[in-house]
Amino acid sequence: MSDILVLAETENNYLHSTAGELIAAGRKLADELGNQVCAVITDDVDESSFKNLIHLGADKVYVISHAELSKGNIDAFVSYLEQICIQINPNVILTSRTYMGRNIGARIAYRLESGVAQDCIDVEIDKNSSRVIATRPVYGGNAVARFTFNQDDPQVIILRVKSFDSNEIDTTRNGSIEKLNISIDNDAIKLKLIETVKEESEGIRLEDAPVIVAGGRGLGGPEPFKQLEELANIFDGAVGASRAVCDAGWMDHAFQIGLTGKQVAPDVYITVGISGASQHMAGCLGSRNIIAINNDADANIFKDASYGVVGDWEKVLPSFTEAVRDLLKS
Amino acid sequence: MSFNIVVCVKQVVDPDTPSAAFNINQDKLSVIPADGIPPVVNGYCENAVEAALKIKDSIPDTTVTVVSIGTNFIMDVIKKPLSMGADKMILVDDPNLESLDPFSTTKILSSVISKISDYDLIICGQHASDWDNAHVPMGISETLNIPCLNSAREIDIKPNEITIKSSIPDGYITLKSSLPALVTVSNEIGEPRYPTLKGIMQASRKTPEKLSFENIDIKISDLSPKMTLVDLALPVSNSKCEILEGEDDADSGKLLALKLRESKII
Repeated sequence: MSDILVLAETENNYLHSTAGELIAAGRKLADELGNQVCAVITDDVDESSFKNLIHLGADKVYVISHAELSKGNIDAFVSYLEQICIQINPNVILTSRTYMGRNIGARIAYRLESGVAQDCIDVEIDKNSSRVIATRPVYGGNAVARFTFNQDDPQVIILRVKSFDSNEIDTTRNGSIEKLNISIDNDAIKLKLIETVKEESEGIRLEDAPVIVAGGRGLGGPEPFKQLEELANIFDGAVGASRAVCDAGWMDHAFQIGLTGKQVAPDVYITVGISGASQHMAGCLGSRNIIAINNDADANIFKDASYGVVGDWEKVLPSFTEAVRDLLKS
Repeated sequence: MSFNIVVCVKQVVDPDTPSAAFNINQDKLSVIPADGIPPVVNGYCENAVEAALKIKDSIPDTTVTVVSIGTNFIMDVIKKPLSMGADKMILVDDPNLESLDPFSTTKILSSVISKISDYDLIICGQHASDWDNAHVPMGISETLNIPCLNSAREIDIKPNEITIKSSIPDGYITLKSSLPALVTVSNEIGEPRYPTLKGIMQASRKTPEKLSFENIDIKISDLSPKMTLVDLALPVSNSKCEILEGEDDADSGKLLALKLRESKII
């Protein structure tokens, strides 16, 4: 059959935003190879989600059901995918680099003795071999590597979140929805999920924020982060920080963006006093627009930013914040 | 109770190497280490050592064995886990390892670990800052057929049982499994401790056990890479930054806001 298999994650009874991204990437490969995109999804979602997968570009939807899947047990997902692969023998498996996807993708590859490429920002088909070429940033974004797979069975791709845009919803698309009856070996489920605890954090979480205001060592201390927060609040955005800031204890490590820390891809990433070391940029290069305020005209950040100001942040930031507030009001 | 922990660590190019000092050997498709910048122990691997030492703090009869595979080891660098307080170190040093893919790494590490009798727990950093493959730990758990507990921010050991708090974006999941098991960690497990003077003295007297492929029954012909690196390049920066310049810094800030509005970015 050699189809493209996509693991569609769910959140709060609906599709996770990465489902559409994976289908878009899958579509790109499938259209070139002339095969189908099949989405795997758990049944603990609103029924409309199955059709949505088709409207987003899937040709087939496989619905799987098990109490452990609903809890988010990675062992259960790996076992189910293993059985599905035995049945349909896919050419490619796509997962997202989320908590679930990066672990499931890596585990299923080894379970099937396949190759896996983690954190891919692009995929294409090699015309000669008809196998996938995966593009991944390496060395903290200091280099970009392209890999090919040496075997087909199957090629596992773990896609960086937001590296593909979802296709527009097309309600005229048709496809099949099939509930799969699969039995798995319960001994293969070695993990027990005791509880999931949501921690109340103030405001939106970094990974979901449309706008992030991030501060670096150039701010000189913890106090200025209040001003960053003020700016972030205007956008309903979030505050982030560089490693130096977190190492110095100015901000908690939960705010750290970079190679060590969180990888984010907001629409707008505003940096204040961040030099733009590759270690930091590895965590934010997927952002749609990078804006920089820094007093060093030679700072690396200006290589990646689209707009910026060279100046003293203490003078630039208040007037910038004020102007933003006025503009967004009108 | 006695407890045996294996920690996998990797020697990597210092991730703080400035981009300007970063070069690629196009013939070998490899990174040329910058002059005068020594390698380091991968950051998350140091967190893994810290996680093991925290367990050793609470269970005194714990042996922490650090395993690393690679080539061109710098002893002052790779022995850091020993100075931090780890008990033993095993190095698989083979020139072939320079060009091996992560699937081979997994196979070799699994083979070394399975030769360490009675291991209870394997701890690995979530990913390495050089190639960021981020699948070797999961590969080891699959190869050894043991539970894989990811992204631990807290680890609690009971006889024959492990419980962790696994970090998710908006909180944590409490995961439990039997032992032996494999755990991955990131910086959320806590800052790696600084080597003490006593630790450094003790480490200087310890000699890592060196193993070759023969010692662990690995033949190069057994290692079949699953992926091929076809291209390695410096990233192309396609962004041309427009610098807003007003009468003074405050004015520049205002102009920046206006520009972002005009370009429909905000």
